[in-house]
Amino acid sequence: MPLRPYAAAHGHISVADKLYEINWGLVLLITIIAGVGVAMLYSVAGGSWDPWASKQAIKFVFGFAIMIVVAMVDIRVWLNIAYPFYAVSLLLLLGVELMGMAHLGAQRWLSLGPLELQPSEPMKIAIILALAKFLHGQSVEDVSTPLKLLVPLIMIGLPAALVAIQPNLGTTIIIALDGCALLFLAGLSWWWIIPTFGVVAAAVPVAWRFVLHDYQKARVLTFLNPESDALGAGWNITQAKIAVGSGGAAGKGFLQGTQSRLNFLPEKQTDFIWTNFAEEFGFVGCIAMLILFGVVLGYGVQIAMSARSQFGRLVAMGVTLNFFFYIMINGLMVMGLIPVVGIPMPLISYGGTALLAVMFGFGLLLSVHVHRQVEIPRHSTGII
Amino acid sequence: MPLFDRKDKSRYASFTRRTLMLSGAMSGIFAVLGGRLYDLQILNGKEYMVDAENNRISQRFVFPPRGRILDRFGTELATNRRNYRAVIVSEQASQGVETAIDSVGKIIQLDSDRKAKVLHDISVNKKFAQVPIAENLSWEEFARINMHLPYLPGVQTDVGETRAYPYGAEMSHLLGYVAAANQKDVEKDNDPLLAQPGFRLGKGGIEKQFDAEMRGQAGASRVEVNAYGRVIRELSAVPSAAGKDVWLTIDCQLQRYAEERLADESAACVVMDVETGDVLALVSTPGYDPNLFNVGITNNVWQDLLHNDHKPLINKVLRGAYPPGSTFKTAMALAAMENGLADLQVHCSGSMTLGNHEFHCWAWKKGGHGGVDLHRGIAVSCDIFFYEVARRLGIDKMEAAARALGLGEPTGIEMPGEVGGCMPGAAWKLARFGVPWQPGDSLSAGIGQGYVLATPLQLCQMVARIASGKTVTPRLVHQVGSVLQPRVLPEDLPFSQESLDAVRQGMTAVCEPGGTGFAWRITQPGFEMAGKTGTAQVRVITKAERQSGVKTDSQLTWNLRDNGLFVGFAPVGNPRYACACIVEHNAAPHPQVAATRDILLFAQQRDPARKPTAYPIRAAENPPPREG
Repeated sequence: MPLRPYAAAHGHISVADKLYEINWGLVLLITIIAGVGVAMLYSVAGGSWDPWASKQAIKFVFGFAIMIVVAMVDIRVWLNIAYPFYAVSLLLLLGVELMGMAHLGAQRWLSLGPLELQPSEPMKIAIILALAKFLHGQSVEDVSTPLKLLVPLIMIGLPAALVAIQPNLGTTIIIALDGCALLFLAGLSWWWIIPTFGVVAAAVPVAWRFVLHDYQKARVLTFLNPESDALGAGWNITQAKIAVGSGGAAGKGFLQGTQSRLNFLPEKQTDFIWTNFAEEFGFVGCIAMLILFGVVLGYGVQIAMSARSQFGRLVAMGVTLNFFFYIMINGLMVMGLIPVVGIPMPLISYGGTALLAVMFGFGLLLSVHVHRQVEIPRHSTGII
Repeated sequence: MPLFDRKDKSRYASFTRRTLMLSGAMSGIFAVLGGRLYDLQILNGKEYMVDAENNRISQRFVFPPRGRILDRFGTELATNRRNYRAVIVSEQASQGVETAIDSVGKIIQLDSDRKAKVLHDISVNKKFAQVPIAENLSWEEFARINMHLPYLPGVQTDVGETRAYPYGAEMSHLLGYVAAANQKDVEKDNDPLLAQPGFRLGKGGIEKQFDAEMRGQAGASRVEVNAYGRVIRELSAVPSAAGKDVWLTIDCQLQRYAEERLADESAACVVMDVETGDVLALVSTPGYDPNLFNVGITNNVWQDLLHNDHKPLINKVLRGAYPPGSTFKTAMALAAMENGLADLQVHCSGSMTLGNHEFHCWAWKKGGHGGVDLHRGIAVSCDIFFYEVARRLGIDKMEAAARALGLGEPTGIEMPGEVGGCMPGAAWKLARFGVPWQPGDSLSAGIGQGYVLATPLQLCQMVARIASGKTVTPRLVHQVGSVLQPRVLPEDLPFSQESLDAVRQGMTAVCEPGGTGFAWRITQPGFEMAGKTGTAQVRVITKAERQSGVKTDSQLTWNLRDNGLFVGFAPVGNPRYACACIVEHNAAPHPQVAATRDILLFAQQRDPARKPTAYPIRAAENPPPREG
């Protein structure tokens, strides 16, 4: 049933139409990937639903509902609440600094009654929404105007700094990458981009000397030479590579991964779960999984390109790239190509807040798709 | 203001362009991920597979049970018992190893030395290795730890095997002990068992001599382990082959009796069967508790053992070479009989002069022994008589007789570290000191002083040969596993029956009225013993000491007093048991004679040589090769 163009352009879409318009192929892909994730959690627990797989499945069902609801909400509503959402997320981040409890040696969690929240996760969504909203009002020329460029840079810099002092290097990188990617897509001039690369390259030694924590430096050093300390800090990298490599072409088979089952893999249910997948399903399974991820990303790009509003396009690409950055950093780090930074594999690694944030993001992507015909003027404040 | 303008169009074009660029970049990264997977899984998959298997599979040695040591009647002298242990794996001690050890210390007794040793062991071992906290726990202690195990992260319990010596110090010098292999052992022996923590190696006595036989063959077990080294399951196993049992000729009861009899002295004693050479008791006191060496002896105890002036770590029976003193006169009497001096009569006035040196008889204060023949010479141990014998025989004939009795060379007993003593000769002295033999040297040697040195074992062999008239040699091991130990069958001594009888009669007279051992004779009819006393001077009492009131040996400090010796056999008419005994630096007169009397009496009453043995193979079923 094709949408009536005029009504769609103004957002007059019935609930039934919205359900019909949801990209169910993408939803199916996401469900399959998350199903693989649950199966992996079942595997690394030694073939048990406890302690991770069952909880993750329940969280996925919850996340699935959120995704559908978010997809049904008019894109202009998200435009409207983008700044408040960002403000609340920023406040939560501040809160975790002030009264957060120690967890894994870093302040990342906030206790809200019975709930434990990682405010850095909603911030990844909030930064996309808020930047998309801001950049929606900017022409290509505006984006590169120094004064107008300052605003998005502050919007990126504040949460990035707050997350960085937690300290949480991985999320800092994701937030910064998300923000920069959106600036790039909004048309930031190459005259800004190329010199910035130069400055960043020059800043690396300074950051090494003054900014990075010892444990972060240790990760880099052991990455560069894991065999130097094969039983100590290099253990993770060495064992992860052994797990992936020993999977060979066809893998050892489901539940047959010895590296994780015998606890040679560190953080096997979170950051390093990909290595267990690689061990059990081998090269064939990994490539199949990469193809699934690739199709999801392709859907994201296609949705972004087909959206009529700049806000929708930026949100869609923001969510898609956010998903990609997760896969990229996690994949590169567990296979020993970059130092270990705490980034999970999206949809697969265990972790409730991260899963919900990713599902929320896909909800936004679907919302962009459902409301792709909605036209939002550049100067619109977003109020319907 | 229009809803949409040209600026919108340009930014849409820019967005599309840049989205396509980013898509290309994403594809590039995916290509990198795929390429890395290809590199790890396809190109290097086999190597990583090997690494994963090495991670997962651990080859563990299965210690073979060590062979037992048994006496002639099947009594277990060294055996294995269950060893209840508490161990710690530092990697799993989530609250720190010190906390874990302290917690164990609240459940069982752990002194600070032990704690320090455990911490040291942890520091030198791998994080996933099991380091013993306490071994040989009682069942009750073991059960208590097991009960608390859930609250002791990192602590595990297991049951191994440990060597046990039920008779402790009573058998220490005979059996030796077992201890962890040291660097030298590992270099000498390429058995991979030696490098295993917890493996124990024979370190002395029978344990050392027959270590290879008793050790057995290691088994192997391929187990799957997790990252903490915990065994998940066994994949395959090659069982170990148990070590062989060693059957000794020792009689446990006699050994224990002899040890108890001499426990307070620094002494050595051997009892032999004069017909077969079977060693029935082999005692060196003081001993040590070999059980202490299993776990690792504490430094305090070790230093005590090392610096004790009674030398508890030295097996005096075969490592102590003493001047045999007057016990040597038995050999000299035989030499005299064999060389035409059977009718020699000597007048002992207490001293004699050779060249410009005056030689004294021990009875010089009483004015000597008067007229002495060979029989009386032995009975009263007249020095002057044997000086005269030595003067007339010369060292060559003396040496020949002594060597025929086995002096001057190791007996070849199946024990490590035996020394051969010293039976000097003219050529020996010239080679050793570059000085020609002097007639005075012969005189000193004639009474078992001077250069003559013999071990208690050699003296026992000597008296057994005199008693039996055959070249018996001490034999300690009857069979190892199912193999009968070869031995040399004794032949007749190169002495006439008449000579041997004369010497035996002289030795019998020692324990008769007027003899030097009369006070310590065996009075039970039928069990009488014959023998020869001996006193070997460690040091001459000086004139200054004499003036300051030191007149007798017992007034000197312990380690300067004379050694008391005795060799004997019993019963006199039909000798079966020979015994040599030395008590170092004795204070009381002749404690060694009293001890020998008791031991020989006990041996005869118990009569282990005639009791049926419990050996799995009888000597008769498997006659040993005869030499020559």
